[in-house]
Amino acid sequence: MKKVYGSASDALDGLLFDGMFIASGGFGLCGIPELLLQAIKESGTKDLTFASNNAGVDDFGIGILLQTRQVRKMISSYVGENAEFMRQYLSGELELEFNPQGTLAERMRAGGCGIPGFYTKTGVGTQVAEGKEHKDFDGETYILERGIVADLAIVKAWKADDTGNLVFRKTARNFNPPAAMCGRVCVAEVEEIVPRGSLDPDMIHLPGIYVHRLIQGDHEKRIEQRTIREA
Amino acid sequence: MWDRNQMAARAAQELEDGMYVNLGIGIPTLVANYVGDKDITLQSENGMLGMGPFPTEAEIDPDLINAGKQTITELARTSYFDSAMSFGMIRGGKIAAAILGAMEVAENGDLANWMIPGKLVKGMGGAMDLVAGVGRVVVVMDHTNKHGDSKVLKECTLPLTGKGVVNRIITNLGVLDVVEGGLRIVECADGVTEDQLRAATEANIVD
Repeated sequence: MKKVYGSASDALDGLLFDGMFIASGGFGLCGIPELLLQAIKESGTKDLTFASNNAGVDDFGIGILLQTRQVRKMISSYVGENAEFMRQYLSGELELEFNPQGTLAERMRAGGCGIPGFYTKTGVGTQVAEGKEHKDFDGETYILERGIVADLAIVKAWKADDTGNLVFRKTARNFNPPAAMCGRVCVAEVEEIVPRGSLDPDMIHLPGIYVHRLIQGDHEKRIEQRTIREA
Repeated sequence: MWDRNQMAARAAQELEDGMYVNLGIGIPTLVANYVGDKDITLQSENGMLGMGPFPTEAEIDPDLINAGKQTITELARTSYFDSAMSFGMIRGGKIAAAILGAMEVAENGDLANWMIPGKLVKGMGGAMDLVAGVGRVVVVMDHTNKHGDSKVLKECTLPLTGKGVVNRIITNLGVLDVVEGGLRIVECADGVTEDQLRAATEANIVD
């Protein structure tokens, strides 16, 4: 079992193809797989569909793949703060499927757990419910949402051991575990790979069964809204 | 008339000791400044319970942000979790209340706060999940738009965030509850008469 690769492009070798469906972890610019996104940009793979809560900003995160027109469709809950995204969407160059944030997270989790669909109250009576099956349970109306299974999941964690057990840090965990779970293949990038046995097994956030390939790298970890209080 | 901080202070009165609460972006964020001695745990839906204040320059951590993507800090009670669990607790009714902003509300409790067709396409983020799942939804908003038109309507004109989900509306002019048949005035803001509040409200007001 060799999961550790030397670079992001090595780790993606043989996994990328035009028209593929990729699930990505991250919330805003926090905990995004920035090295793998850069490698996907350099690969030139196109017509991509991304399930990702956000689309980054113009020059960071998934935004860099929008600049090169490699993305055909986004499945997201929030796309503000990205001018190029807005331009491509309003001009019809880019398809956008809005999912409520929790519905998107649960679609990923469910897909990874072998659950093809689930009922939720979220979005009932809104545009999100249009065309979806409605069903009443105990006097309340719910809509059917489908689980997501992606061709590839790309995620970012803080630490890993060489078997792919992952530990996240603070709110950088966000969509990374559910995204990892819904990938047929998952590639993770981490800040540090430690020897097996050095992570406390009780403190593993995502077991290595979900992680197929792994790289260690240096992360910029850009901040979107630097907000401070006076000391 | 109340200013932003006075609206936030009024909204803070909605919170009770021991509550787990989600605060939206904008004026709702200011509510945290007015909870006083009450023991309130703030949820940030990207995956955190026990949200602390903004950091000092030295405390800034790119791995620690709130749902508005602002840098924040943690507290002794803080826990972190993934977004699926975070919305599990929202959808599952574990969060007692959400205080959110709005573009429009209607007398039947409909809420619109996520898009203006053809003009503004940002997305609903977690708002649809919150209003569908939490125990109580309190909206904090200006009563009218910049043209003086009421934002408290008989029916929303914008795409909905949730249908029949709002419990209480706090505006710069006062406080209204969503009840059978329309809205009921709970109180008027300082210096605002009931007649002024009624005149600024398109929605049906019941006694």
